[in-house]
Amino acid sequence: MIQTDYLLIVIGMGVVTYIPRWIPLLYLSRRGLPKWFAEWLDFIPAAILSALIFPLLVTTGEPRHLDLLQPELFVAIPTLIVAVKTRSLAGTVIFGMILYWIAGQYI
Amino acid sequence: MRPGDSQEKRNEWPRAIRNGMLEAWPICLGYLAIGLAFGVIAQKAGLHPLEIGCMSLLVYAGSSQFIAVSMLSAGAGFFAIVITTFIVNLRHLLMSSSLSRYFRDLGQGWLSALAYGVTDESFALNTANFREGDWDWRRALVLNQTSNLAWIGSTMAGGYGGQFIPAGAFGIDYALVAMFICLLIFQIRGALYVVIALIAGLAAVLLSLIIPGNAYIFIASVTAATLGVLLKRFGFFRKMERGS
Repeated sequence: MIQTDYLLIVIGMGVVTYIPRWIPLLYLSRRGLPKWFAEWLDFIPAAILSALIFPLLVTTGEPRHLDLLQPELFVAIPTLIVAVKTRSLAGTVIFGMILYWIAGQYI
Repeated sequence: MRPGDSQEKRNEWPRAIRNGMLEAWPICLGYLAIGLAFGVIAQKAGLHPLEIGCMSLLVYAGSSQFIAVSMLSAGAGFFAIVITTFIVNLRHLLMSSSLSRYFRDLGQGWLSALAYGVTDESFALNTANFREGDWDWRRALVLNQTSNLAWIGSTMAGGYGGQFIPAGAFGIDYALVAMFICLLIFQIRGALYVVIALIAGLAAVLLSLIIPGNAYIFIASVTAATLGVLLKRFGFFRKMERGS
């Protein structure tokens, strides 16, 4: 059912995907980090999340181009307010989904 | 003594499994939507559901899987696909580095198991849960593997006929975006974090318009975090940090 060529490609993909996930966990978790590096790592989550979200909200298409008039962005603003006010993950996710669904019906 | 050795520690598993599985729900919802879409596309590109499941199991990284399928149907070879996958997934290096802070003194076997499940989504949710305190490596591992099962299951289901499920039902496509927004808010712990997030976000948008692929995530995050360390070192925001 699974062809050998395909399996080899998938195994290759698996190995090169696993290595960057694995090496830092294996080596960084066993040693004390310099203070600047610990600070740097502390900033990484906020930086990555922001770098993931912003382009999703304001760009679209292939090749990507700017689009400030998409429901992703309109829905994000009230969703962000709900996140700040409630600090509830469940509430925010459900609110965002419903609002996005409603927006999809009318846009 | 290593964690996981003693009888007492082993008894922590049932609660960890329950907590980890319950916390994983926003990721499972999001993966259901993306996984079904991926399965449908992969099936249309000529892959059997078992081949789809095999890729989801061995690679477990959404965007690189979409890219690999489109490269496969364009007739790309082994090295082109593997090297592209490596570049697309290199960002996990940052996530694993950041998560390593929470896994002090954990054995190599468990670390290797945890590494397998590091995705954009599990990284974000585990980080938020570790910060809140009531979280440990067992819960993180269960959350990772629950998400992993949701991914494998939904991609295969898509391959078996996900086209019958209406796209966009109940706004499910927005689950992960809303989750990321909320988790970003959880990460903001002072003015400096707002500045870092804005730098990262704006840099990511600019770079994403200029360079193809998703290298913008890596470059924007590293740039913003580095500027954050410099800003902190040179004393900006010190007053505000104290005040917050």
